[in-house]
Amino acid sequence: MNETLFRRIKDLPSTHLLGTGVPTCAGCGGLQALHQIYDVLGEKTVFVNAAGCMTLLSVYPFTPFRGSWLYTAMAAAPAGAQGIRDALDIQLKKGQITTDDDLQAIVLTGDGAAYGMGMSATSSAIERGLDFVYICYDNEGYGNTGQQYSEATPHAARTSTSKGPQGYPGYKKDLFSIWAAHKPSYVATVIGAEPLDLARKIEKAKEKQGPRLILALSPCPTGWDYDPKESADVGHLAVRTGIWPLKEYEDGKVVHTKVPRKRLPVEEYLKRQGRFSHLFEPMRNEEILTGIQERVDAYWAEIEG
Amino acid sequence: MTRKLLTGNGAAAWGARLAVVDYIPAFPITPQTEIIENLENWIDNEQMPARMVTLESEHSMITAAGAAAATGVRVFSATSSQGLLYAMEMLYTVAGWRAPFVLVNVSRGLSAPITLEPDHNDIMAARDSGFLQIHCADCQEVLDSVLIAYRLGEDERVRLPVIVNLDGFYLSFTREPVEIPDPQAVAHFLPPYDPENIRFRASTPISQAVAVLGGTPYSYFRYESHLAAQKALEVYDEITAEFAEEFGRPREALESYRTEDAEYLFFQIGSFATKAREAVDRLRESGWAIGLLRPRLFRPLPEKHIRQALAGKKGVAVIDQNLAAGRGGVLYSELASVLFGHANMPGILTSFIGGLGGRDISTEEYFEMAMVTRQAVTDGEAPSPRLLYTETELREVQKLQAIANMERIELGAKP
Repeated sequence: MNETLFRRIKDLPSTHLLGTGVPTCAGCGGLQALHQIYDVLGEKTVFVNAAGCMTLLSVYPFTPFRGSWLYTAMAAAPAGAQGIRDALDIQLKKGQITTDDDLQAIVLTGDGAAYGMGMSATSSAIERGLDFVYICYDNEGYGNTGQQYSEATPHAARTSTSKGPQGYPGYKKDLFSIWAAHKPSYVATVIGAEPLDLARKIEKAKEKQGPRLILALSPCPTGWDYDPKESADVGHLAVRTGIWPLKEYEDGKVVHTKVPRKRLPVEEYLKRQGRFSHLFEPMRNEEILTGIQERVDAYWAEIEG
Repeated sequence: MTRKLLTGNGAAAWGARLAVVDYIPAFPITPQTEIIENLENWIDNEQMPARMVTLESEHSMITAAGAAAATGVRVFSATSSQGLLYAMEMLYTVAGWRAPFVLVNVSRGLSAPITLEPDHNDIMAARDSGFLQIHCADCQEVLDSVLIAYRLGEDERVRLPVIVNLDGFYLSFTREPVEIPDPQAVAHFLPPYDPENIRFRASTPISQAVAVLGGTPYSYFRYESHLAAQKALEVYDEITAEFAEEFGRPREALESYRTEDAEYLFFQIGSFATKAREAVDRLRESGWAIGLLRPRLFRPLPEKHIRQALAGKKGVAVIDQNLAAGRGGVLYSELASVLFGHANMPGILTSFIGGLGGRDISTEEYFEMAMVTRQAVTDGEAPSPRLLYTETELREVQKLQAIANMERIELGAKP
C-alpha cells in the first residue's frame, strides 16, 4: 500500500475521538497510543477488553469511547471478539442488521494478558483467521497491580517482584515474532512517541481483513519510575537507541519502518528510568549494561546484514 | 412428531436443532462429544443453519458464547466436568452480562483422581454462578429441557443463561425412545429470539460489562441477577404449563412420585432418581408409605414447592452424588436450609453420599437408606451422613493396593 492519508505530522487528526477525564496515570504511554489508534480506527468499533490498566477506562456509568465496549476477563478477550464477530456475521447474513451497523472487533489488552495468560486464546483466534484487530499496550509489567514483572519485562529491570541488585533475570519475550509466526494478515510494533509511523500502521491494519495485531510499547511513568512529563522523550529514546524496533509483518515479510540512522547507546534510554537506576548507582554495572547493548547490537546486525 | 431411539447426547443435540440456534461455540470433552459431533454433522449437511466454531478451551468457548449472546443471537454450547471448571471464571462473568443462552453439561466426576465417569460435583461447582440449572432424569427430558431452557433464559423477566444437566454415561450414552416434536410445534412454543436491547450496533453504541467502583453499584447489579433468578421460578411454572399443553408432558419444577400418602421420601436429582423410583415401587409392594421428590429445577430451587410436598412427612433420605469435602452432601445442606424454621416440616433428614465417579447405587442400598431413615424417625435423631460403600468394594481397592505395592517391591522399592 503506497497511498496514505498520513504523509506528514500535520496530516494527523488535530482533535481526539477518545474522551477525556479517564483515570489513567499522568503521562500514560498506553493512553497516548490509544488516543492515536482510536482516531484512526474510529467509532464503528467494539473494544473487547481484558483485565488491565485500560479496564478502568469504562467505569459505570462513564466511558471515553464513542463506540461500544465489552469487558471480558484477563485470558479471554480474543474469544470475546470471536463471539461478537460471528454473531454480527450471522445477523448480517440473516438481514437482521445492515452493513452500516456492522462493527470492527478490537481487542484491547495489556502485556500481562498478551504475553501470558491470553496467548492461547490469541493464537487460536489467529489460527481461525478471525477478522479482528488486537492492540496490546505493553508497559512491560503487571502495571495495574503495581508493576510486578511479567513476561514482557526487559532484562535487569527493577519491578516490585524483582528488587534485587540484578533486577529481573529474564529477557523480554519476543511477542512480535510469536504473533508473526502464525502468519496473520498484519503485525506491527508502534509507540505513541512516533505518531506518524503509528497512524500509517493503524491505517494499514484498518484496511486489511483477518487477524491484525498491534504491539504498542507504552512508557509508564508509574511503573518505570520517571517524571510523567518525560514520557514522549523516553518513547523517542526507545526507538533511537534501537531497543524498540518499529517494524511490521505482512505477506510473509518483516519490514523495519524506522531504522535509526545512528543508534544512540542504549544506556541513554535506561538511565532516564528509575527501574534501571541500580545499573548506574552506586556504581555502574558494566556487565549488565554491556550485555543489554550487545543484545540490541546483535539484533540490528542481523537486520542490517 | 417422530419417535426415535436417541442417547441423552443425541436428545441434547436435537433440542439445539429444534431451537434453531444461530451459533455454537464448542470444545470436545468426554462424555459430551457426541453432542457437538451431531450438530457439526447436521450443519455440514445443511440440515441446520447454525454456525459452529471450535475454540481452544472451554474458557474461551463460554466467553464466545456470552459475547455472541450479548450481540443478540441464539447460542448453544455443551461441556462436561473439567471443561465446566476450566470455564468457571467465565460462567460467573457471562451470567452477569445478563445475556441468555443454553449450556448443556454432561455431568462427570472431577479430578483428582481423574475419571471419565459421572457424578454431580462438576455441576454443583456451578451452583452459585448465576446460571439457572435444570436437571434431567431421562433422554426425553433432555430434549424438552433444552427447549424450555431457551424460553426461560430469554424471558425478559429473567435474561440469564441456563445449564441443562444430564448424567454422563447413564444418560449421555443410553438409548431411549424419544419423541422429536414437529418443528412447527416447537416454533409455536419457542419463537425466534428477540434480544430487544441486548446487542452491539454501530448506530447505537453500548458499553456492556463495565467495571464498577465500590460496593453500592456492585451490590445493586448482583442483587438484580439474584432477583431475576428467583423470578425464574414463577416464569418456569408458566412456561412448563404451556409446554404441557403443547406437547403433553408436564415438566414441573419439582417431580413428586407417589408422595401423596407417603411418610418417608427419597430426595434426589438426575438420572439416578429413576433408580429411586424403582425402589419406591418395590418398597411400596412390601407395605412402605414412601415416595420420591426430585427437583428438576435446581436453580432457582423451588423452595415453596418442596415445603408443600414435605408438609407432614416424617423423614427424608437425601441422596447426594457429590461430596463437598469436609462438609458432606450439597443437596442435603440445601434441603435443610429450605425446611428449617418452617412449621410441620419433617423432623428428620438423613444424608447419604453415593454414586461418585460412576459408582452405581443398588436397589438394596435404597432399601437400607429407607430403613436408616425410619429408624432415625423412631429414635428422634438423625445419624451422621453415610458414605455408601460396600465391603466388597473395599476389598477390591485393597487388592489394587496390594498389586501396586508388589509392583513397587519388584522394582526395588523398599516395602
